Amino acid sequence: MTTLRVALLHLRVGVMNDLQYRVNFALQILQSLLALVTGLVVFSLVYSHTTELNGWTQDELLAVLGVQIVMAGVIHAVIQPNMMRLTEEVQEGKLDHALTKPVDAQMLVSVREVQLWQAVDIVTGAVVICVALVRLGGDLGALDMLAFGVALVFGALLLYCFWFVLATGSFWVVRMWFLPELFEGIFQTGRWPVGIYPDWLRFGITFLVPIAFAITVPAEAVTSRLEWQTLVFAAFFTVAAFAFTRWFWRFGLRRYTGASA
Amino acid sequence: MSVAPSTTPLPKESRLRSFVDFYLTSMRTEMQSQFQYRAATYMYLLGMVAEPVIYLVVWSTIADQSGGEVGGLTAGQFAAYYIVWTLVRTMNIVFTPYGWEWRIREGQLSGALLRPLHPIHYDVAQFAGGKIPWLLYYLPIAVVLTLVFHPTFDVRPAEIAVFAVAIWGAYLIRTFNQSALGLVTFWTTRVGALFSLYIVLELLLSGRLVPLTLMPDWAQTLAWLLPFRWTFYFPIEALVGELSNEQLLGGLAMQVVWIVVGIGIFSLVWRHAIRRYTAVGN
Repeated sequence: MTTLRVALLHLRVGVMNDLQYRVNFALQILQSLLALVTGLVVFSLVYSHTTELNGWTQDELLAVLGVQIVMAGVIHAVIQPNMMRLTEEVQEGKLDHALTKPVDAQMLVSVREVQLWQAVDIVTGAVVICVALVRLGGDLGALDMLAFGVALVFGALLLYCFWFVLATGSFWVVRMWFLPELFEGIFQTGRWPVGIYPDWLRFGITFLVPIAFAITVPAEAVTSRLEWQTLVFAAFFTVAAFAFTRWFWRFGLRRYTGASA
Repeated sequence: MSVAPSTTPLPKESRLRSFVDFYLTSMRTEMQSQFQYRAATYMYLLGMVAEPVIYLVVWSTIADQSGGEVGGLTAGQFAAYYIVWTLVRTMNIVFTPYGWEWRIREGQLSGALLRPLHPIHYDVAQFAGGKIPWLLYYLPIAVVLTLVFHPTFDVRPAEIAVFAVAIWGAYLIRTFNQSALGLVTFWTTRVGALFSLYIVLELLLSGRLVPLTLMPDWAQTLAWLLPFRWTFYFPIEALVGELSNEQLLGGLAMQVVWIVVGIGIFSLVWRHAIRRYTAVGN
């Protein structure tokens, strides 16, 4: 309970902090729209040369794009800022501040930063998903919607686990400035259903980088093509990944040597 | 205002020699520092390679679905296009407008202004030096991509020669465009909005997203009027396309035109912008 209260408190402080900089809000809306327009232009180019891509129509792919934008918003708003701060503090030996607090350290390092305006993408993505649903005819059952919501939560958790494992890597590899660029590049694969990629790449973005679970699986739910086994598997995979992050974090911490900053 | 050194001016030929010497030394220093952080640079490159691989997979899928080709390009030609794309993209890494934003906002420019050469020379030399290690890092990536995606290559010696020059032309065009954009920070402090707009235009009209021949006609016409196509599409086409010798030389000429225009715009903006610069300390 205390853990949850601490997390919410950090969230509130972060939000209040960002509310001071309102011009950034307008800026973020502009960037979000530009990114969306680029995505839509690519779609219209692709579908001016074909009617379906590996079994996905343009409207179905719009749902994939929407989920990808939502997830990008989640990553940029809460996951990436915290993880980058973690790597910087390991590098500078400032992690002591977090480690000595009387709450769970993994939780604390995961909730200290919020970039509120990045969450604009969550709204943009949600709108894109809604448009896709309307164009698809909107005969989506309550069960599909529920599966969609659950798949989104699993997806976000898996992305967090992935980022956390990478950031924990900074106990060994000190310089991690390349992480956002590396992740951003790979994350773009999520714009398209994983089925189109060659086997080795599909395996990579399913199990090494959980993009398939984070984007394709929710998009499958919302286009009524999800099989329940996939969702069960995603649940097991999420639990396993989360347990791994706990173990890996403790393992990495043993290497931490900060001289009390 | 940039400050001229107060020493007695050198004779012309030794000035040129020290200028060349400056470039060579800066490039060598940057080369060494890039070699130092191999792992990090490689990770950065891998993130960058994802972009063309995605486009390549998407367009190959469509080509296979529609009986072997889209807009006259086969899967093998797409592979060649996007593998060379990766090399051109590496060459096109230049000092970003965000870097200018940081320099100006934080007052970091003060030190650079005291040096005898214009700050842009330091950027051009430094990033040019970084290209050599980056090209070496690119080679294994190119080999892997070639083995995985089976490109169809058919190159003439003239094409290789023009390509080798054109990638440097692209580097200079992009350097001056982005630096001029960075100078806007003298007025606005933030450059993010403008730069995003610039990147969208570049993505769509340079051949970075798709080979320009897949774009609608009006967009291709528009691309002819802007500098972007000479930084991506032209160098790539020079190597993988079927350009005649006249087209190859004409392309290089267009690059020269855009470099001159870029330098012109940059110097013009610089002259007005630098008067607005204020910084405390440093």
